Amino acid sequence: MSDTTSQRTEAFVRTDMLPEQAPPATQTGIIKWGRENLFSGVANSALTVFAFIAIYFILMSSMPWILNGVWNASSIRECRELLEGATGGCFAVLTERWNQLLFGFKYPNDEYWRPTLAFALLFIAVAPVMFYKYLPSKMLLFTGLYPFIAFWLIWGGPVLAPIFGLLGFVAGYLVWSRFVANSFAVGFFGAIAAALVTWWVGGIITNSVSAGDTLLSAVPSRDMGGFMLNLILGTVCVSLSLPLGIALALGRQSDMPIIKWICVVFIEFVRGVPLITLLFVANVVLAYFLPPGTTFDLILRVIIMITMFSSAYIAEVIRGALAALPRGQYEAADSLGLDYPQAMRLIILPQALKISIPGIVNVAVGLFKDTVLVSVISMFDLLGMIRGPILASTEWNGVYWELFGFASLLFFVVCYGISQYSQWLERELATDHR
Amino acid sequence: MTTMTDPPQESFRLSMLLNDTRYRSYTFQFIALIVLVALFAYLGSNLVQNLRAAGLNISYEFLGEPAGYDINQRLIEYESQSSHWRAAIVGILNTLLVAFLACVTATILGVAAGVLRLSKNWLVSKLMAIYVEAFRNVPVLIWIIIIFTVMTAVLPSPRAFRGEDATSSMLLDSLAFTSQGVFVPGLVFGTGGLLVVLTLLASIAGMVFYGKYRTKKLYDEGKELPGWVGWAILIVPTILVYQAFSLTAGQVENRIIVPSEIAAADVSLEQFGERLVTDKTNINYCVVTDSTASALGKKMLLGLPAMELTNPDAVKMKSTRFFSMDDAKTAFAAGSCNMLVVPASEAANFASSVETGAVALATNVKDNAPIAFDTPYLANFRFTDGITVRGSLIALWFALAIYTGAFIAENVRAGIQAISKGQTEAAASLGLRPGRIMNLVVLPQALRVIIPPLISQYLNITKNSSLAIAVGYMDITGTLGGITLNQTGRAIECVLLLMLFYLVISLSISGVMNIYNNAVKLKER
Amino acid sequence: MKKSVIFGALTVAGMAAAAGVASAGTLDDVKARGKLNCGVTTGLVGFAAPDANGNWDGFDVGVCRAVAAAVLGDPTAVEFVPTTGKTRFTALASGEIDMLARNTTWTFSRDVDLKFEFVGVNYYDGQGFMVPKDLGVSSAKDLDGATVCIQTGTTTELNLADFFRSNNISYEPVPIETNAEAQQQYLAGACDVYTTDASGLAATRAAFEDPAGHVLLPEIVSKEPLGPLVRHGDNEWGDVVRWTLNALITAEELGVTSANVSELAASAGDNPEVNRLLGTEGNLGEMLGLDADWAVKALAGGNYGEIFEKNIGENTPVGLARGLNAQWTEGGLLYSPPFR
Repeated sequence: MSDTTSQRTEAFVRTDMLPEQAPPATQTGIIKWGRENLFSGVANSALTVFAFIAIYFILMSSMPWILNGVWNASSIRECRELLEGATGGCFAVLTERWNQLLFGFKYPNDEYWRPTLAFALLFIAVAPVMFYKYLPSKMLLFTGLYPFIAFWLIWGGPVLAPIFGLLGFVAGYLVWSRFVANSFAVGFFGAIAAALVTWWVGGIITNSVSAGDTLLSAVPSRDMGGFMLNLILGTVCVSLSLPLGIALALGRQSDMPIIKWICVVFIEFVRGVPLITLLFVANVVLAYFLPPGTTFDLILRVIIMITMFSSAYIAEVIRGALAALPRGQYEAADSLGLDYPQAMRLIILPQALKISIPGIVNVAVGLFKDTVLVSVISMFDLLGMIRGPILASTEWNGVYWELFGFASLLFFVVCYGISQYSQWLERELATDHR
Repeated sequence: MTTMTDPPQESFRLSMLLNDTRYRSYTFQFIALIVLVALFAYLGSNLVQNLRAAGLNISYEFLGEPAGYDINQRLIEYESQSSHWRAAIVGILNTLLVAFLACVTATILGVAAGVLRLSKNWLVSKLMAIYVEAFRNVPVLIWIIIIFTVMTAVLPSPRAFRGEDATSSMLLDSLAFTSQGVFVPGLVFGTGGLLVVLTLLASIAGMVFYGKYRTKKLYDEGKELPGWVGWAILIVPTILVYQAFSLTAGQVENRIIVPSEIAAADVSLEQFGERLVTDKTNINYCVVTDSTASALGKKMLLGLPAMELTNPDAVKMKSTRFFSMDDAKTAFAAGSCNMLVVPASEAANFASSVETGAVALATNVKDNAPIAFDTPYLANFRFTDGITVRGSLIALWFALAIYTGAFIAENVRAGIQAISKGQTEAAASLGLRPGRIMNLVVLPQALRVIIPPLISQYLNITKNSSLAIAVGYMDITGTLGGITLNQTGRAIECVLLLMLFYLVISLSISGVMNIYNNAVKLKER
Repeated sequence: MKKSVIFGALTVAGMAAAAGVASAGTLDDVKARGKLNCGVTTGLVGFAAPDANGNWDGFDVGVCRAVAAAVLGDPTAVEFVPTTGKTRFTALASGEIDMLARNTTWTFSRDVDLKFEFVGVNYYDGQGFMVPKDLGVSSAKDLDGATVCIQTGTTTELNLADFFRSNNISYEPVPIETNAEAQQQYLAGACDVYTTDASGLAATRAAFEDPAGHVLLPEIVSKEPLGPLVRHGDNEWGDVVRWTLNALITAEELGVTSANVSELAASAGDNPEVNRLLGTEGNLGEMLGLDADWAVKALAGGNYGEIFEKNIGENTPVGLARGLNAQWTEGGLLYSPPFR
């Protein structure tokens, strides 16, 4: 037996491992991926083929139009001549009317750098809020200053106005921090009074001084237009509606019946009507409710209305977050002996705001998109510029796709960017272990 | 001593209003109330002052006055002499119409896209992701205007359908896509037509009930009833009723009556058509609504070579609508139209009763069905008859549907993903096939998550339909908040009514949502 | 805290942007403000349209500039506020604009019910129809079944309904907000007919690539006296606008043009009416609460005829003949009350 076994051992015995064989061609690389992801089953294959056909047609119809586009012409007729009958977009309208699309047609040409600079600074101002974990909190100081800088840059006029605006807040804050320890009410109302007094005094001083030279020439709000107007409306209204929304949400959760019902009625009313009717109010009705003889800028009236609109939506988001906090958090705050403002400021709101950020960003994106509605009430925002002065002009009558495509692209870039940020933030904030 | 240990006697001090939590809430509420009242009083007094200064007043009397303008799309009877109130009702119906259409379409699109986005097919799921992102991130107003531009600027104008070198033609001879709208055949319900529809509805109900009964029988007694019975319940009665009417009322013969000056007696329709071309006579066809014979006669007429759009000598035609045969006869006798289809039995009598002289054509128009199609045709300027789907409606409908569909897709995806994987695995371990897992386990649970946001999307569609004003669709914002406001100058009244309408709609939808939420709330035991 | 900071900025913005409380009258307001707020259309070539640089130009704009020149001495001290058919009356009623020069028809209800004051007529117009030539239509009565584009919020909408109803023919209205959109729709064939004031039609057609391919039908279905208007009840201001318009008309009648106005105003001439108009005799300006040479400043931009020729006359793309808008001495309807 042993012989036979030994003889058999003489036969070839492999001492090292066989190298792994390459998997069959159908199980590797792109083929495997394709089989698993594109052609797994009849229905799936049909879908894939259908999708390929759809993509083919979309590309075939749009690519020549984009690639063959004319970027340099003075009118649609010149475009057509240059194209000589071939398919191609007339993108020259974008280059020729670039400034109008971005700034409207009345903002002084020499001052374009001002809104551009304000726009660039916006990123620096917003960064410490958006990436608060990664940036020094000292940068928040700039965020606080930014509204005044941006206001001065865009609107121009006497530099004293924004300075006093800022001083009012500083005064209010000082009074608040001095008295809040004693009594919340004294601090709160004292701060408001201090701010109002500062602004009142500031208004008088500004009016008496400002007649003279101004560093930056004043630009009336009516001259704002183009995409700049959308951006201004979007940022201003979102920032303003945040504190209002928080107040409304707290009011709605409050156990004081009158305050609760005021908030409920306001929120449900605003959420129940379309934004366009509120804009009609701003446009044609609000004037009747102001003291005789006073008129607000249309842009200011619109800001008020859009802010009201978005604050109601933000309030609902925050209310959801407040309701989602475990009851224990409220009770824990009470058991520490914190009073209502302290409990809210230190315990409840930081948590509630954190979980409501994605919702708030959604509202913000929706609001930014809704700013194009102002074109319906004869304001020349991006869409208003396109539908009004540009498409009506003899030179560019009929250039639809290039203009609408450009508008869509601008909005897409901004909104998609914000929603990607929101998703990133959601992952950042996910502190629970899943 | 005792006085030392006793708590000090509580006496009310003014400062407690601010510092004592028991009273502070009253103070705050009182202040809030005062501020609110003051605010309203301030606004109200401003309003009164402004109105007095301008010499105006608040009054809703204008709603009763004649509107004076015409509306293109009206679901109820309306003409320029109707009141502003009626114009507002027309607008409300148009709002509800576009909202309903958009809701249905958005749901279909959204559910399809949401499910496909979870598909294992990489290409399809990526395509759906692109759809969702592209449409969610661009304002709906831009989409409305883009689709409106497609409808008006890209589609051919009706003029392109006519002449020898016509560049466009009708699809299947009954559909026309033009820059003035899409024209599709309408349905005419003749004798028994409504009964057919009612039978069909009853059959659908019967089929549903049978299905439920079948399931119950299966679960209770383990007996499986045959499935084809359900289909039979659906199809058979309808066909029977339809055939019954076709074979009785449908066998009635009809004749086309025309004035004797444009045709000789007893010629066929074809010969009549040839004469029309040589005489260059224009036709004004009396359409009787609810008469399938009338619709059929028109179709036969349009089939003549004399009526072909590409024929440069084509006869021009228009039609006038009447609600009853008697009205149509009177109008024909008065000469306001020159072609009318009447039952053969009355034809001779009627023809001889027309004072200016009329003859019946020999061709028989056999009204052979309770339901007929009313095909659109190109009249002097535009397509008429059938159903007109205007570009503004399509733009609003599709833009709202596609835009909201992208949001619904996300809701559906989130709803399906919210069902824990354990549910699917448990169902699979029971031996259920994937389709049944979806239908019996995942979807019923996912629906609970999907439906509340879905309803608020419906609410958004209704509110966004007010953007109709950008494309001239005559919804409530276009009539009451648009033309009526402009023409009467009653801005405050109109805007208030407008808000009230939307508020009522929103609150009723929220109410429905609350009822639903309570109904499907997880029954915890 | 940061968010409320922004709120403060807005309050400041509000303080800066909100106009002061009105004093006695619009005239004083305008003088105090140093700018005239004038409501115009959102864009109608020839009447009021911004050029590529945002400068407004046109016939209605000319009236605004003349008023600004008369009151403030500077024809450029005008803030043009674009208004739609919907917003124009509220803008005027609420004081957002001081006057409205937006080819607005003078009607009973606007004057009496909406409480506005039309100060005169700067263009006698009528509603017309424009159709593509290849449609082969020669009369508005042939428009049975046509699709008609109309600007909503205008009297044309009501006239149109009346015209088709009285002629017992049917039509399909397509309501449109602005002239620009109406033009696009009409050119795309989404409507067969475009109807608005005949002058507006001519102006719109002028902007077409192929103006000859479109015809204006002979029917004029309504009277449309277009004129500037102000708020009811402020008669001083109404007088200023009314007499500035009359000054433009009278100047043409008397042969005072932008070219010779400074020469004529240098010293009193032999025509007493010219002297009174230009302030070298009498104190008409003082009565209005303006400088004596108010009309001279107003006329620097040209008299009625010059403004007409420059913006909408026969040598412009709009190409309107004077027709009804000629001086009464030449068979037209323009008849200014005397300056006395």
